[in-house]
Amino acid sequence: MTDGPPPGTPSPDLPEPLPDGTATHPSSAPLAIHDMTVAYHRRPVLWDIDYDAPPGQLTAIVGPNGSGKTTLIKAAVDLVPRASGDVRFFGSAYHKVRHRVGYVPQRGSVDWDFPVNALDVVAMGLYKQIGWLRPVTRRYRDKAMHYLERVGMADYAKRQISQLSGGQQQRVFLARALSQQADVYLMDEPFVGVDAATERAIVIILQELREAGKAALVVHHDLQTVPEYFDHVLLLNMRLVATGPITEVFTPENLRATYGGKLALLDQVGHRMTLNQGRS
Amino acid sequence: MSSLRHPPRMSRSLCGRRRWLTLALPLVLAIPSGLFAAPPPPADDHSIAARVTTGTSGTSLSDNRIRWPGWEKISDTLLLRQYNTRIVLLGAILLGIGAGTVGTFMLLRKRSLVGDVVSHASLPGIAIAFLAVELAYPGNGRSLPALLLGALLAGLLGVLCTIGIRRFSRIKEDTALAIVLSVFFGVGIALFTIIQKLPTGQVAGLQQFIYGQTASMTSADVSLIGLASLLVIAVSTALFKEFGLLCFDEEFGRSHGWPTLWLDLALMALVVCIAITGLQSVGLLLVVAMLIIPPAAARFWTDRLGSMTIIAAVLGGLSAWLGGVASALFARFSAGAVIVLAGTVFFLVSLAFGTRRGLLPRMRRQWSNNRRIGRHDLLRAVYEMLEPHLDSAPPDASGDPLGDIPFTRDQVLSRRSWSATRLSRLMDRGTRDGLLTAVTSGWKLTASGAQEARLVARNHRLWETYLILHADIAPNHVDRDADLIEHVLEPDLVSQLLETVSARYPQMDMPPSPHPLEPGH
Ligand SMILES: Nc1ncnc2c1ncn2[C@@H]1O[C@H](COP(=O)(O)OP(=O)(O)OP(=O)(O)O)[C@@H](O)[C@H]1O
Ligand SMILES: [Mg+2]
Repeated sequence: MTDGPPPGTPSPDLPEPLPDGTATHPSSAPLAIHDMTVAYHRRPVLWDIDYDAPPGQLTAIVGPNGSGKTTLIKAAVDLVPRASGDVRFFGSAYHKVRHRVGYVPQRGSVDWDFPVNALDVVAMGLYKQIGWLRPVTRRYRDKAMHYLERVGMADYAKRQISQLSGGQQQRVFLARALSQQADVYLMDEPFVGVDAATERAIVIILQELREAGKAALVVHHDLQTVPEYFDHVLLLNMRLVATGPITEVFTPENLRATYGGKLALLDQVGHRMTLNQGRS
Repeated sequence: MSSLRHPPRMSRSLCGRRRWLTLALPLVLAIPSGLFAAPPPPADDHSIAARVTTGTSGTSLSDNRIRWPGWEKISDTLLLRQYNTRIVLLGAILLGIGAGTVGTFMLLRKRSLVGDVVSHASLPGIAIAFLAVELAYPGNGRSLPALLLGALLAGLLGVLCTIGIRRFSRIKEDTALAIVLSVFFGVGIALFTIIQKLPTGQVAGLQQFIYGQTASMTSADVSLIGLASLLVIAVSTALFKEFGLLCFDEEFGRSHGWPTLWLDLALMALVVCIAITGLQSVGLLLVVAMLIIPPAAARFWTDRLGSMTIIAAVLGGLSAWLGGVASALFARFSAGAVIVLAGTVFFLVSLAFGTRRGLLPRMRRQWSNNRRIGRHDLLRAVYEMLEPHLDSAPPDASGDPLGDIPFTRDQVLSRRSWSATRLSRLMDRGTRDGLLTAVTSGWKLTASGAQEARLVARNHRLWETYLILHADIAPNHVDRDADLIEHVLEPDLVSQLLETVSARYPQMDMPPSPHPLEPGH
């Protein structure tokens, strides 16, 4: 912990200025993004993002394709360099609290023919606990098995990963993130390409995380299910359109501002929203 | 002599299932050039450059007849009676084990050809080191430490050039590898020609870096090779978990705070280490084969990284041992060529018989699968045909009434769109397996056939009903033909399905927990 911040991150000595007096205290916020701009090859794709994630809540990150949702998450966990701005997890820079942050990337970036089985993949989430140069002992394999059970994949522990279906692969990678026992999870489209059973399983896991007092930020594309699964929403389209509790922020006007012209879909959602609000 | 250099296109996705095949081919093509590394040619008429560019055809093969060793020599070599043989073999085996271990990670990281770049790029380093030492201490140019140091530096420079080209231009990795490899190799050959023209120019001894000559190694050389290989083996064992993570999911490793860049460099350093130490015994043309072939062969036998590494190390050590023995027995044999040849044989055997991905085991699995499906199809067809007659069958306390109803082949045929030949084949096999017996009026199920038919039909109907009622949550990777529903679904769901099915098929007696379809399944 004695080493200084890596080059490029602003020095962490100054206290965080509170962005427009929001209720959440930035030092306790699972994720606090301040004034963040991200650019690929000098072309900014995220502008001036100011955002405090609420603790102990499930937040949906919603926006059209190419709106920068993946970029937001990757920039938060230092996988993409930030042009400016500052990101804090629980008041500290990411590299100091990595173990408290679980990141589940968008699917399909690994070599599926790699000689590992589902259990091996989950155990990778425990490597930091195991430490340098030590082998994966039985104790850690049992631990990994526990997380496979939690996502309902215990029967597939010994399968080579290419022999799993897309949804099953997704669950294995979710188990790998869970095994880390982080306090905040960033998940990039965990619901894409999964059947209803897997979707339900993931939702149950998210709810369990919330009950355990953990926060999760989940990129989600299905507007219909946003109010059902999440408490908060972050509407994004290169800039932050709106953020807050679903009941206040997930409105047809805000969605229109986020998605632009695709009205047919949005009116449908808006209709659903009014129904939901009428019910509650 | 295009076969000297392995085509760079191999570097892309070496891990694809079909692409394993393409690995061995260029290497096999490369063998004839190295197999008969001739003794040092007279310096005046055969320059190294000429030999490299025209192959060994200049020194006619018929002049170099293989001399068969006597029995005594064979047994001496195999039993390691001579100190010299023992030491040379030990070095080669350690090198093979080290190469197999590191090669596994490089193959999985799709970087196998980095070893090739290192070894080819080392040629100008060797030449420059020779010239430099010769300039300072005339007559001492052939000093191994100096030559290896030159090779090491040039090899590293080659790797750095590859990384630089990839980083700062839009050129893809395979092209960058090919550019660096051929430019460095070309410069090396030009330098060798210059050395040849020098008054003191004695390339004799330098050419072994191209083709490799295990037999000429001294025990000091061998201890260097052995030490380097042991170091490589020790480091890759210690960092096994970390290297595995790096190769499988670099981004995840990085987000967890593992120093992936340093791990990558460490892995690269191990490859450089192996490629340079292998120069002398295997030669720069073939050292990459030691890095590629054993891991590629190992992949056919296992789906786990640990066992793949061990198998690759064993195969690497084994082919190095064979190569060492051959080159000790036949003075003209290049050890490198025999090592590669042995490795290729292992590769082909693995390709054919490898238990995980080998062609024959896969065909056999497919075949037995088809057979099982056919057997179940037949039994279910017969069951469904006989079911309506079950009530009218004479009640028999001892046996299953299903086995008492005769049926004909045409009856089965009329219920299924099978060809007559397929049905005959299925029924022949069923008879052989003791499921059916021929009777005067046609066929009957045997007792075990009847039992299995009930089970198959029951399982099928339960799955069918389940899919109709709960299609949205159907587990998608169930083999509905083989997986007993009880093994996959929860008990209360199964009993609910049992009720539904029993109501629809009153004749079917639905035991709550059936015996397994096939033992051990
Ligand atoms: N590596 C990259 N280099 C250059 N531009 C990039 C890169 N990755 C993303 N972009 C651009 O950045 C913008 C945001 O991309 P991002 O992947 O964050 O979108 P997203 O919201 O995750 O979209 P999707 O819903 O399709 O996943 C896009 O316009 C994209 O073209
Ligand atoms: Mg995305």
